[in-house]
This record gives sequence, structure tokens and C-alpha cells, in this order.
Amino acid sequence: MSDQPLKDSAPADDAADGEPRPGHIRKPIGWSMIMIAVLVAVSAGLVYRRDGIEGVLEILIHDFWLFGGIVPRVLAGCLLGAFIAEILPHDKVSRSLGPESGLKGLLIGTAFGAILPGGPFTAYPVASALLAVGADFGATIAMVVSWTLIGYGRAVAWELPIMGTDFTLWRIVISLPLPVLAGALGRFVYVRMYPKNISP
Amino acid sequence: MSAALLIDILLWGSVAAVGFIAFQRGRPVLVASLREGGMDFINIVPRIALGVIGSGYIAAVIPQEIITGWLGPNSGWLGVLTAVIAGAATPGGPVVGFSIGAVALKSGGGMPQVIAYVIAWALFAFQRVILWEIPFMPARFVWFRAAVSLPFPFVAAAIAMAVGKP
Repeated sequence: MSDQPLKDSAPADDAADGEPRPGHIRKPIGWSMIMIAVLVAVSAGLVYRRDGIEGVLEILIHDFWLFGGIVPRVLAGCLLGAFIAEILPHDKVSRSLGPESGLKGLLIGTAFGAILPGGPFTAYPVASALLAVGADFGATIAMVVSWTLIGYGRAVAWELPIMGTDFTLWRIVISLPLPVLAGALGRFVYVRMYPKNISP
Repeated sequence: MSAALLIDILLWGSVAAVGFIAFQRGRPVLVASLREGGMDFINIVPRIALGVIGSGYIAAVIPQEIITGWLGPNSGWLGVLTAVIAGAATPGGPVVGFSIGAVALKSGGGMPQVIAYVIAWALFAFQRVILWEIPFMPARFVWFRAAVSLPFPFVAAAIAMAVGKP
């Protein structure tokens, strides 16, 4: 990629720093939640018809424990995302992960996703924070895909015990090139979908 | 499990590290990010409650044999396509996705098909996209990422076919 800066991307100067962190998350319960709620209700009804109240309670209790275990990690993830958004310097992030960051940006995103601890409750808030402080879609896609496919968190906690070591290692080796490819494809499509980028 | 404990330690260690950096930048920075993170947490917890507590029911009514029956080693690219669709449609958390993958592998599923299944499920399982990604990230980014990820389970299956079973 050339060094020639696009006029509108990465306003790395003083002027941009005063703006508040772009809003995210704060939206009321939307259609997606309603859809899932309906799906859950229907499924619970089917379980009740098949297994009776014991079946319903068994799943409820099991998942309630699961939920209890996850909540502290959700808190950790949210705090991690908020701190990172606050302390990462915008101009540095947009230089190393922005639209002009080239292959290096994709590799940094991939490495970052691979070493990020925790589950979706960590990766997604951090991804959101990166977007807010100047990373582009490509680098953020590389990070999210890398976390999903080659991050050790899920592999160690779930895949290794359930799928076995052979499959897991083999699958991760095959996945190694995918985050960079996905990020590159993302950038390629993004530039063509939103030519002459629109103000962020 | 000790692996989970290790991950928790790493996670909270990272939080403490970036929190300390924020603290060094001054009290207002620390307070602002604590408030921001706390608000995110409060907003997200109800969604996660629904997702985690509800997904058990969704998983319980999906017959796993149907999913695994389609992924045999002779199913070729049609099997890969089926695997990708099944992966996208698989509800529930990591236990469900990997369990189905493990059952498929044990009941004679082909390696490329099972890899395509696990990767498709990891990349764009429908329920996870809605429950986890949309609440945390800008919706435009989420859909864009999911769309861009579409070819990659096929790429992985192609690599697995080309390289062969180890």
C-alpha cells in the first residue's frame, strides 16, 4: 500500500482528539433479542412437552451455573475494553491498525487476537474499542477472526477436551492464514463498498 | 479445570495492567473508563442471561443425529456446504458446537467436513452473532465481518482436502 494519505482517513491531528468516543452498545432491546426470546420460549415449551418440568428445570439450573461463571468474565471484558479505549493513543492506533496500515496492520491485528485472553466477552468489547480509536474494518476483522480461530482461550478450555488434541492442533494449523486473508478481503470489499470514505 | 483458572488469571491480570496504566494517566481517566466499562456491563448482562440460560433449550430440541448424518467422508463438497450451513445454524455455546463436531468425527464424518463445520460455527454461528456480537460491536461491522468470513470455511476444507489427514 502506498503512503499517500487519503484526505479523510485517520485524522491524526489535534483536532480529532476532542471528540467523544463514538457511541456504541447503548441501544434498547432490539428485534434480535425479541427473536431469540421467542425462540427460547418455543424451545422451552418443546422441552416441557417432551421431558416435563424436570427436563426444563435441569437445563435451567445447569445454564444458570454456567451463567454465574461467565458474569465475572463479562465484567472483566467490559473493563478491559473501556480501559483500552481510554489509554490507547488514537493517532498511533490509526497508524498501525488503520486503513493505511497494510499487511503489517493485518498481522498486528492477527497477533493481538491470538494472544487476547478471555472469551467473547473480552474480544468483542476490545474490538469495539479498537474501531472507536481508529482501527479500520480490515485490521479489526483480522483480530476478531484470529481470536475466534487461533486464540488459545476457546481452544484450551473447550476444543481440546471435547475434540481431542489431534483435531484441535490440525484445525488451528489450517486456520493460521485465515485471519490475514479475511482482513485483506474485508479491506478490499470495504474500499469498494464505501469509496471515498464518508465521515466516520 | 486449571486451564480455565489460568485464563481467568490472565484475563484479570490484563485488566489490572491496563487499569494501572489508566490510573497513572490520572484519576479522571480511571473514573471515566470505570464508568464506561460498568455501563457496558450493565447493558450487556441481561442479553447474556437470555443467551446463556436460553441456549440450553434451543440446543435440547435440535436433533444432533440429523446434523451429523450429513457430514460423511464421501459427502465431498456437498458435505462441506452442508457442514457450513449446519455450523451457521448451530445454537448454543462452545459445548454444543464442539460436541456436535466430536460426534460427527466419531460417527465417521470426514475431516474436511468437520473442519468446515467447526470453522463455520466459530466464524458465524447465527445465534452468537446476534447475542454476542451485535450487543458489543457496531452492527454494520458485525454484518460486514460475517459476510467477509463466508468463504473461509470452504478455504479451510480445501486446505484439509489438499493436505490430507495427518
